[in-house]
Amino acid sequence: MSIFDITRRNLMTLAAAALVSSATAQAARAEETIKVGVLHSLSGTMAISETTLKDVMLMLLEEQNKKGGLLGKKLEAVVVDPASNWPLFAEKARELISQHKVSVVFGAWTSVSRKSVLPVFKELNSILFYPVQYEGEESERNVFYTGAAPNQQAIPAVDYLAKEEKVERWVLAGTDYVYPRTTNKILEAYLKSKGVKAEDIMISYTPFGHSDWQTIVADIKKFGSAGKKTAVVSTINGDANVPFYKELANQGVKATDIPVVAFSVGEEELAGIDTKPLVGHLAAWNYFQSVETPENKAFIEKWKAFTKNEKRVSNDPMEAHVIGFNMWVKAVEKAGTTDPDKVIDAIVGIKVPNLTGGVSEMLPNHHITKPVLIGEIKEDGQFDTVWQTDGLVAGDAWSKHLEGSKDLIADWQTLKCGNYNTVTKKCGS
Amino acid sequence: MRAAVAALAAPPFKVHFMFCLRNVLHAFVLLLGMASAALAGPYEEALLKFTNDSYADTDAAIGSVARSGNPLSLDVIEALRDERLLIGSGQVFIRRTSGELINAATGQAWGNQVGEMKPVRVNNRVRRAIEAALGGLTLLSSDAARRLEAARAVFRSRDEAALPTLEKAIAQESLPHVRDALESARAAILLIRPDAPPMQKLASIETLRIRGDQEALALLSNLPSNAPSEVVAAAGKAADGIRTHLAFWEAFQSVWYGISLGSVLLLAAIGLAITFGTMGVINMAHGEMVMLGAYTTFMVQELIRTYAPGLFEASLLIALPLAFLVAGLVGVILERTVIRFLYGRPLETLLATWGVSLILQQGVRTIFGPTNREVGTPAWMSGALDIGAMSLTYNRIAIVVFAFSVFASLLLVLRYTSLGLYVRAVTQNRRMAGSMGIRTSRIDALAFGLGSGVAGIAGVALSQIDNVSPNLGQGYIIDSFMVVVFGGVGNLWGTLVGAMTLGIANKLLEPYAGAVLGKIALLIAIIVFIQRRPRGLFALKGRAVEA
Repeated sequence: MSIFDITRRNLMTLAAAALVSSATAQAARAEETIKVGVLHSLSGTMAISETTLKDVMLMLLEEQNKKGGLLGKKLEAVVVDPASNWPLFAEKARELISQHKVSVVFGAWTSVSRKSVLPVFKELNSILFYPVQYEGEESERNVFYTGAAPNQQAIPAVDYLAKEEKVERWVLAGTDYVYPRTTNKILEAYLKSKGVKAEDIMISYTPFGHSDWQTIVADIKKFGSAGKKTAVVSTINGDANVPFYKELANQGVKATDIPVVAFSVGEEELAGIDTKPLVGHLAAWNYFQSVETPENKAFIEKWKAFTKNEKRVSNDPMEAHVIGFNMWVKAVEKAGTTDPDKVIDAIVGIKVPNLTGGVSEMLPNHHITKPVLIGEIKEDGQFDTVWQTDGLVAGDAWSKHLEGSKDLIADWQTLKCGNYNTVTKKCGS
Repeated sequence: MRAAVAALAAPPFKVHFMFCLRNVLHAFVLLLGMASAALAGPYEEALLKFTNDSYADTDAAIGSVARSGNPLSLDVIEALRDERLLIGSGQVFIRRTSGELINAATGQAWGNQVGEMKPVRVNNRVRRAIEAALGGLTLLSSDAARRLEAARAVFRSRDEAALPTLEKAIAQESLPHVRDALESARAAILLIRPDAPPMQKLASIETLRIRGDQEALALLSNLPSNAPSEVVAAAGKAADGIRTHLAFWEAFQSVWYGISLGSVLLLAAIGLAITFGTMGVINMAHGEMVMLGAYTTFMVQELIRTYAPGLFEASLLIALPLAFLVAGLVGVILERTVIRFLYGRPLETLLATWGVSLILQQGVRTIFGPTNREVGTPAWMSGALDIGAMSLTYNRIAIVVFAFSVFASLLLVLRYTSLGLYVRAVTQNRRMAGSMGIRTSRIDALAFGLGSGVAGIAGVALSQIDNVSPNLGQGYIIDSFMVVVFGGVGNLWGTLVGAMTLGIANKLLEPYAGAVLGKIALLIAIIVFIQRRPRGLFALKGRAVEA
């Protein structure tokens, strides 16, 4: 009994000592470094996409430290793994902010994970940079959206198909969750406003990870053989894309007959498919690895050297993190502090070069300006840019094509409001 | 040089002869390469458009090149298709497949230094123009397959300019199936051509009615608005006929999709039918065995690509035994180290194997990376077989055949081998079997290995239709349990019937309810069914069950 007691007491003291020492160590280090949180899934279903973004952040931090850090301090990455588990995103975000005292967080991929961390960032007043194209209809004071809003991806893609490919019939195919549903709602309203009849629009949703596409591809074929030029607008997400494209190829649906334009298929996703039968299918993004600019060339070289892998590809959300990180660095330098309130005020209007040869600007609605590129899949799994906007497109937080959202604007600079109604002149819709 | 002279002086192109002579002179005077600028025939003018690097100009150039009748035009367009048409310093070059360059304007050899030249860029619009142009140019080809391809291309492009060649091709065609394709191409052109006489249009409608597929239907239901009324009436009637015909085939098509989905479910579930069905182990890591099989296929293909590219067509056959061994071995290790301590404690088994499945997933993620791996499809599994208005893709046919053969062999193993006998004995009465001298624990390990190995070979097949990623198995585990429970635990036949019923029901529901609702409806139906018959479709009877 006594032995047990002693061991238990020993254990307690040991644990206490460990706690104190680790706390002091942390406090000591906190003075020397600025901590940057990286909140991307490294396991589970989303690891396929998010692991790369963690690597990019590590590279950017390493680079910045080589340049002498920020405000005379070194940057330190705090990487956590929310494991593709949406509630865990919120827990991990809280851990990053309250426990590790990070100054900023770069993270999240799916809309549901973003929605899950929003309250945490509001409550603890921190900053999140969200790098993925999303459905819009949102603008938060603590979040900066460096991916594309629907008007920076979906709408220009549809315009391209209607103009260049003379498409008159549309299949809107998506995975059944918030991003495809909202995007398709916006697209449907937009197409109808352009005079497309309801019978020329087919909408189809499938569960996450859908793997048997036989019926849907046959339906698309049938829908496409009504004599009018047909295209598929795909918001199919993640793993389901590979079997979808395989089935298209097997059933002989060629890009010259029925092109598929995808919003969630990039270089990374194509790396797992035999791309020969997919040549000519399209994707709309704000960045392609194949873009020939000196900035992009330098970035790809650094990326391959950092990952020590010649085959590693780059993609759009990576560029979004590059832009977001550089904007944050500039804002911190401008504000002279990492204090979230000061950085949030300082960052609007900050301009940094993107990788496609333009200069992106942080707008008062916390979205950024980006070019829109349409690319066709090439045999080597890269994209050939076949069209791009003349200049940069400003991201709309609220879609102009949806009832209830077209009167809303977001402005965190003068109005200090994420959903200001221009008709009722009130904040909070 | 001589080649160029010969080519340009070929009989049908006498018009060019003068130019050609001048070309030869120039070429000699200005030495190599300076001659093309001096030419300004339609072909040469069109060629220059390629150098503008604009899709619209390329599109226009293709048509002009195809119509020019120049002997090099076929080469130019084929080179463009394969991205072997290069532009550099205002001139256009064809790169032969051998790597040698020739000047597209003159046909002169140009060495093999690509240097600063860039391929002419191609997009969908250009690809369509290429297809149409090639169709017109290869209608009279001596190769029947190319003529067929050309006829189909003309059918799609409906290019009026191809009509004279088409007539000629029909007149001299001897193969019936090529002739049919040529005739439907002609019908397609005549039907939409405004000045074709109604008699011809009616004949065209008849040809399309006999063809009777979706493309013919599209043509018939989209007549130009100024068509004569008797033509509109005939087309409407023919279109109705085709619709009825297609609806009939559609039912078969849905059933086939169901069988094919069912065979995927069968493959995924059949290993589980042994481990869960006969041994009663709730193995949540079953999906990961499938994943290991898929990754084995990937490894085999990588090795073949590096060391023996000639064997690629057989890569899946080579992967089959290896996938069986890898997954089977992991299964035996899993049984020996974890599961054997947990027999009779289903809840703990469930949790432990769930943990193992996470470990296996993360292990694979660490070794191979989180991204998908590319598993190639051998040529014999690509494409589709058309039966009536149905199209059956070869990879699905292969998977259906494969699933049934795996099922049959497993049935034979359990029925006729000593291992099968022991497994059945141990399942039915463990203590009695032990008393008869069967080493029950060894049989447990082997049976678990067999179930896992079968899951591994399912992975080889699934690598053809799904992602090869660490998450591959997760997508199948729920469905597999559903099949086994629905079919009746402990009965392989039940698994077969269960998989096929679920597959076909799913595919028959999908067109009406959509993929999401269809799945939900099916799940509810199974829950209700299990309430009524807790032991599934084919329940085991007898003392073994009560034990």
